Amino acid sequence: MRNLWLFISKYNAFFLLIIFFTISLILLIKNNSFQRASVWNSSNQVVAQSYEKVNEISSYLSLGKTNDSLAAENARLRNQLATSFTSDSIKQGTVRDTTLKQQYTYTVATVINNSVHQKNNYLTINRGSKHGISKGMGVTSAKGIVGIVLNVNENFSTIRSLLHSETKVSANVNGSIGSIVWGEGNYDPRFAYLKDIQSHLNIKKGNRVVTSEFSMFPQGTAIGYVAETRTSKGDNSLDIKIKLDTDFATLDYVYVINNILSAQQLSLEAQNKIE
Amino acid sequence: MVRVVITNSIRFVLLMATQVFLLKNIGYYNLSIPYLYILFILTLPFGIPNYLLFLLAFFTGLTIDFYYDSLGLNAAACTVLAFVRILFINLTVQRDGFDNEPEPRLGIMGFQWFIFYAFILTFSHHFILFTFESFSFSELGYTFIRILMSTLFTVSLMLITEFAFFQKKLR
Repeated sequence: MRNLWLFISKYNAFFLLIIFFTISLILLIKNNSFQRASVWNSSNQVVAQSYEKVNEISSYLSLGKTNDSLAAENARLRNQLATSFTSDSIKQGTVRDTTLKQQYTYTVATVINNSVHQKNNYLTINRGSKHGISKGMGVTSAKGIVGIVLNVNENFSTIRSLLHSETKVSANVNGSIGSIVWGEGNYDPRFAYLKDIQSHLNIKKGNRVVTSEFSMFPQGTAIGYVAETRTSKGDNSLDIKIKLDTDFATLDYVYVINNILSAQQLSLEAQNKIE
Repeated sequence: MVRVVITNSIRFVLLMATQVFLLKNIGYYNLSIPYLYILFILTLPFGIPNYLLFLLAFFTGLTIDFYYDSLGLNAAACTVLAFVRILFINLTVQRDGFDNEPEPRLGIMGFQWFIFYAFILTFSHHFILFTFESFSFSELGYTFIRILMSTLFTVSLMLITEFAFFQKKLR
């Protein structure tokens, strides 16, 4: 006890500081609304921030689920897009109430296997005939076209990527139609070539390239933009280098497009061949 | 002894009046605000017991707080100031050599010592005062600039006061 008193009296300045400083602080916080509010606010801030951090981490855990639901929602919304519908009215006929009829439906799918560095690239998706996928359907990503369904089994489909020497997609740039090719001396997954555009046409760098009405994609689906143009050797058409919108290396979610009217179109066209 | 009490009381009243009625209205864009009244705590005699020093500092601060409507703020700053004063004097003043010297003044202690003393103590006071006034870490840079500018202002006012009133005691 004596030692304690000695200790306190030796360092009395410090203890006096603590006593008077505490009194001052109590006075300060009790009597000044700003400081009082600050004390409570800062403690609330600490609490809120810790909650926010925990929330951030836990939201990471459910990121996959969130992605799935968002992609499903996108597919549902795309089903309602104007480009999914086709005009059904007869030109000289009377105006009807139901002018639009669904032509395209979208099915969301996850890419489970992907390649970009081969000469002929394929993708595999986790949707198959069970989900209404059939051969020849177009596949797009959120940014642009991806490829064409090649083979289907019950639960999976393989897609012939646009990065394949046999994939040819009819494309439209500034109103003129050409075809997109990849793999003829060009193996960069970021670029493709647009062929059969007449050289007198004024195609400039940066022009948008979209699908034409002759492809299995809805007309106007994004493909990319013109990166470079030059006259090809031998004929009077342009070799147009196209920067693709779709980043094939990081494909995750794709949409399979079902053209409801394509069966009718194909059967009609098949009749021509028989004749 | 009585003389010391009387002179200090007069000094207290004068400094308080100057602070509350004159210096309260002076300031440079809320950036540099003088608090000359702490000169009273600075110039209390060397021999003052610690508890009395703390009590006087506390009530000086509290008096200012009544006028500034900031109850406890200046009291807290002055308490810290008293503590720093004890530390500083313990470190720099030899008890035996200066016990006969009554007060830490410019004229008695010399210019170099006094300006160092005034600067350290004023800075500690202003540091507590302005940080507790802003009471958040969000404007740290602004608060620090305020502390520095105000310290410079207060110290220069202290030097002027000391030179004006206590020149004749210079050894």
